[in-house]
Amino acid sequence: MTDKKTLIKVERLKKYFDTPSGNLHAVDDVSFSIKKGETLGVVGESGCGKSTLGRTILRLHEPTDGNVWFDGLDLGQVGKTEMKNLRRKMQIIFQDPFASLNPRMTVGQTIAESLLIQKLYKPRDKKNLEKRISDLMEMVGIAPRLINSYPHELDGGRRQRVGIARVIALNPQFIVCDEPVSALDVSIQAQVLNLMQDLQEKFGFTYLFITHDLSVVKHLSTDILVMYLGKMVEKAPADSLFENPLHPYTQALLSAIPVPDPDFQVKRVLLEGELISPINPKPGCRFAQRCPMADEACRREEIPLVEIKPKHFVACLKLAKI
Amino acid sequence: MDEAFLRVRNLTVHYKTDDGTVQALNQVSLEVREGETLGLVGETGAGKTTLARSIMRLIPSPPGKIVEGSVFLENRDLLRLNELEMLKVRGKSVSMIFQDPMTSLNPILTVGDQIEEVISVHNPQLSKDQLKNKAREMLELVGISSDRINEYPHQFSGGMKQRVIIAISLACNPKLLIADEPTTALDVTIQAQILEMIGKLKEQTNAAMLLITHDLGVVAQNCDRVAVIYAGEIVETGTIQQIFKNPQHPYTIGLLESIPSLAKKVKRLNPIAGMMPDPTDLPVGCKFNPRCKLSVESCFQRIPPLKDLGNGHAVRCFLRDKD
Repeated sequence: MTDKKTLIKVERLKKYFDTPSGNLHAVDDVSFSIKKGETLGVVGESGCGKSTLGRTILRLHEPTDGNVWFDGLDLGQVGKTEMKNLRRKMQIIFQDPFASLNPRMTVGQTIAESLLIQKLYKPRDKKNLEKRISDLMEMVGIAPRLINSYPHELDGGRRQRVGIARVIALNPQFIVCDEPVSALDVSIQAQVLNLMQDLQEKFGFTYLFITHDLSVVKHLSTDILVMYLGKMVEKAPADSLFENPLHPYTQALLSAIPVPDPDFQVKRVLLEGELISPINPKPGCRFAQRCPMADEACRREEIPLVEIKPKHFVACLKLAKI
Repeated sequence: MDEAFLRVRNLTVHYKTDDGTVQALNQVSLEVREGETLGLVGETGAGKTTLARSIMRLIPSPPGKIVEGSVFLENRDLLRLNELEMLKVRGKSVSMIFQDPMTSLNPILTVGDQIEEVISVHNPQLSKDQLKNKAREMLELVGISSDRINEYPHQFSGGMKQRVIIAISLACNPKLLIADEPTTALDVTIQAQILEMIGKLKEQTNAAMLLITHDLGVVAQNCDRVAVIYAGEIVETGTIQQIFKNPQHPYTIGLLESIPSLAKKVKRLNPIAGMMPDPTDLPVGCKFNPRCKLSVESCFQRIPPLKDLGNGHAVRCFLRDKD
C-alpha cells in the first residue's frame, strides 16, 4: 500500500487575515500530504483554523505563504482559467446544508449548475443532462421524483445528499468535507457517513475530512491531524493517535469526549481556560497557557513538529526531549 | 428510592399550524426523583424542548396548547397554577438552562444585573448591596472572577456565557434544574468543564436535574436514569445500565448502533433507515413502525403500551410485550 500516489501535498501553508487589531493567524505553518484514495481527518475546536485550512488548499482563500501541490501541480503557479478547470477535480462539501443550497433553485437545477459551468453537458442536451442528474440522485439516495423540489421542502439529511450529489457530479478526485454531518441527527449522520464511505470505495475519492467530532474522524480517517490555534500539534495514523495520543492537547481532547458507555471511566484531563486570541499570537507553544506541563521554554520559541515514532508527529518540547 | 419529586402524567401538547395539528407530545409520563439526574434523549423534533417548556409553562399559546395531563412538582400541579403563582415557581423551584448561550442573555444588561434580577424577584426584601454580593458569590461559584460583574455578555466567550446562565439558574437554589442541551453549542473541552461543574453544583445543592440532549455520550457520563423520546412519545426508560447495556426498543438499539465507536473498530455504521415521521401526519400505531425492521401486524394497528420489565425498566414495544 505504500506505493500509492500522493495526490495532495501541502507545505508550510499559512493564511493570515488582516484585522483592525492585527494579524489573525488562522493557519500557521501547516504541512502534510494525502495519498490517493485516503482520508485525512482534521480535528480541532472552533476557531482553530480547520475550515480556513480546507478553503486555502482549494484556493478559495489566497494563501499568505506556502505551497499546495495537486497531483504534482503547484497551485500557486496556475492561472485563473487553469484553476477553473482544476476545480472540477477538487470540490468541497459544506457544513450547513441549510445555507449552502440556493433556496431559489430546485434540486435538479442545483446539480445541473456545476455540470453546465464545467461544460460537461450542453444546456440544449436536456435528455442526457436529466439522465445524469437522476442517476446522481439515485447514487446519493434521493428519490429522482424530488428533482423539481426546492431545498426548503427537504430535510437536513436530504439537503446534505444534494450537496454531495452536486460535488460528485464532476467526478472529482479530491473532496474537502467541511463538517458535512455536524448539523445532522445521529441516525441521519450515520446514513450520510455510510454514503460517503461507499462513494469513496466506488470512485476512489481522496477526502480531507474536517470535523470537531472525534469519533466520526476515527471512523473514517487513515491519518488524523490535530490543530490548535492554527498550528499542527499532532499528526498520526488514526489508530495510533487514539491508542497513544502524545500531545497534552490531544490527550485532553480525547478524554473530553463523552463515551456512550456508563461503565467507561476516563481519566479526565480537564483543561483550564479557553482558547487564547489568534490575533498576533506570542511566540512559543500556543497551548502553553492551558497546558499542565508547560514551562518557560515552551513560551520562548516556536515548537517544531518532530517525528517521535514512525509516522507519528508531535509538536511538543516536553516530548521531543525524551 | 423516595417519592418522585417531579411527576409528569399523560402530558399531551399540540401546536395548531396552517398545515394541520402538530402532535408534539403524546401522553408523556415521566418522573424525576430528588437529587437524581434524568436524561431525556431524542432527535430533532422528538419533542424534548416542548416537554421542558411545558413543565415551565413556557409553551407559546397560540399556537401551542397543553391538551391534557398534569405536571406535579412535589404536591402541586403546575398546570393548574395561575400566572402569578407560576412566576414564583420559575427561577425559584424550577429553573432552566437554555441551549444557546449566545442568545439567551440580554445583550444590553451587564451579567451582574441579570443575576441580580432573578434574586430580587424572589427575594424582594434584599437591599442593593446584598443583591450585588450575592451576584458576586454566584459568579465565583461558576468559576468567573467577580471583578467581571459589570461586563456585558459580548465580552464573554461561549463557555463563559453558559457559566453566567448557570449562575442565574442556580441563584435561588432551585430544587429542579431543567438543562435543555446545555453544551450543544460548545466545544468538547469546554463541554467537559461545564458538565463537570453542573454535576458538582447539583451535588452541593442536592437539586434534581432533567438533562435534555441528543448526545448519548453526555447521558452515559452524567445521568442516573434515561428516557428515550421518539415522535412525542417515551419509547423506553430505565437506568443508564439498563438502557446502554440492555436496550430493548428497536429505536434505542438503532440509536446506539448509529454512533461511531471510539473503542471498537467498525467497518460500517448501522443506521436506522428512513427519517422521523412528519408530526402533523404521524403513522397509526407505533410511531416507529415505518423505520422498524422488526415490525409486526399489531404495530400498525395500535400504539403499544409502555410495558414494565421490572427494576424501573419500561419499553413501548409489542415485541417485548409477549414474553
